[in-house]
Amino acid sequence: MKALGTPQKYKKMKKCSGHTVYPGQVFKKSPLRVKNFSIWLCYDSRSSIHNICQEYQDLTTVGGVTQCHGAMGAQHHAQAHWIQIMKVKETAARKCCPPEAKQFHSSKIKFLLPHRVLCHQHKPRFTTKRPNTFF
Amino acid sequence: MMFKCFIEVDQVAYISFGLHAGRMVQIIDAIDQKGALVDGPCIQVRRYIMPFKCMELTDFILKFPHSARPKYVGQAWQKADTSRKWAAMGWVKKIKARERKAKMTDFDHYKVMKPDVGLEPTNHEVMT
Repeated sequence: MKALGTPQKYKKMKKCSGHTVYPGQVFKKSPLRVKNFSIWLCYDSRSSIHNICQEYQDLTTVGGVTQCHGAMGAQHHAQAHWIQIMKVKETAARKCCPPEAKQFHSSKIKFLLPHRVLCHQHKPRFTTKRPNTFF
Repeated sequence: MMFKCFIEVDQVAYISFGLHAGRMVQIIDAIDQKGALVDGPCIQVRRYIMPFKCMELTDFILKFPHSARPKYVGQAWQKADTSRKWAAMGWVKKIKARERKAKMTDFDHYKVMKPDVGLEPTNHEVMT
């Protein structure tokens, strides 16, 4: 089977320094079930280095890590090259700590979508009517 | 203005644009502020995370446990007869009328303009 991405592409390594552990595609585990991912990471901020643990809800590990990178960039201005993801682990909902993660665990969750900003801002680009944001 | 439509777990939503645009799906679980896990087992839509931007909420709320498997979502959908109720809504009729109006040919425009000429409009349905 042709390798989709060789390790040399992602990390600085040579064939002689590496060891093939598994030569097949690693499939996503249960991609249709919502999971909570705890991600332990170490990132460089402008002044110092920090170890933190973040929690995200997603269907796959890949999705969770993507969310993590996005959130780190937004909240801490940490770019991907300054972030080292040390551990990603699927956690049970009751073991999650931060209130931001726990608020979406409720099965009776109910919230509004207020002030829905127009998605098709250029269709039409020029118009005489103000957009409707209540729907 | 009173807010009537809340994002709830068992709610039915209409996809206004993006993947599977124009279809109805069921919200299975809210993932975060940006999107929800949706599923449309009766209309061949596989489970995926859809951003709230693409969704327009409907008044239909079905009854099944959150994160239920597609089989049970489908059963709840059939039991509540959602597809038929959806097709009967004024909202849907307007969408269909808009689509047909967009496909009107020049000849159809003429038929609408001159209804007394005796040509039956076939290709369209004009919104009244």
